[in-house]
Amino acid sequence: MIELYILLIFMIIGAIIAIQVKDLLSSVVAVGAVGLGLSIVFLILKAPDVAITQLVVEILALIILIRATLKKDLPFSPTGRWFLNTLIAIVFVGTFLTVACKAITDLPQFGYPAMRVAKIYLEKGLPMTGATNLVSSVILDFRAYDTLGEATVLFTAVIGVLTLVRKVGRKKEGKTIKEEDE
Amino acid sequence: MSHEHGKGMSIIVKTITRFTVGLIFLYGIYIVLHGHVSPGGGFAGGVIIALSFVHLMLAYGKEAALKKLSKRATSILESTGAMLFLLIALLGFTGGYFFLNFINKGEPFKLFSAGIIPLCNIAIALKVGAGLFAIFVALVLLDLDSEKKE
Repeated sequence: MIELYILLIFMIIGAIIAIQVKDLLSSVVAVGAVGLGLSIVFLILKAPDVAITQLVVEILALIILIRATLKKDLPFSPTGRWFLNTLIAIVFVGTFLTVACKAITDLPQFGYPAMRVAKIYLEKGLPMTGATNLVSSVILDFRAYDTLGEATVLFTAVIGVLTLVRKVGRKKEGKTIKEEDE
Repeated sequence: MSHEHGKGMSIIVKTITRFTVGLIFLYGIYIVLHGHVSPGGGFAGGVIIALSFVHLMLAYGKEAALKKLSKRATSILESTGAMLFLLIALLGFTGGYFFLNFINKGEPFKLFSAGIIPLCNIAIALKVGAGLFAIFVALVLLDLDSEKKE
């Protein structure tokens, strides 16, 4: 249990560094450290499937973030409406903490499942599906309809990205200026 | 590949990449095929397969990676994966309902077991791997484009 708290503190420190540091690359690396800490937390909580997925997606996201942000000068303005922004942030964090204090006391104890459906899957998963990896049997047999939805979401995301950043069909800059002049 | 030394990273990275990229690709296939026996599955395995191509692209430049897996092949593979998953789901209607596990379950702990679950894993891996690689390729090409303009 103590290692979980150590990792949690490590992740919180990493997140604060990611927000506070001025260099963009250091910020991305700090976000990656938070993700790797989260994957170790999943391993300690005995969820290797989620840990593998978290680790792998974290690496891919890190590479994409570095490729996409490293060479660009993103506008960074510390000045501006800082009073309003801080006020809104404080109000939201306060509301969230107040509601969370009420809600978290109603949750079941750590380590006890909130839903009782899992018991049926654990007992009948192997004879009904024949898969020894129960996570796989749940996401591809009992709850395959949800996985179809998830696959559709990813498909839509890929189509959206390819449509937004494609080369074919984009107007050249001179042309659009001309059209605006007319 | 001595004629491509001008592009990509240094020769150290290229040599190590030549050794590791095949192993990463094989490990992704292993994770996909054993998704119903051990931890892993279609999503994680697909991302690892995509990462092996990303690895190739980072080390050798975009031409070398796009020669192995072109943009057109990527989009075809992704659509194939999605259609395959839907087809497996619809084939369940031959026995009764959507996503029916209509193939023989087989013995536990064997590679060929658990009915449609390995097939679904392969379909999802095709879809996820090709889709994420397509996103990466699109972002890299966009990056190069904006550099040229400046």
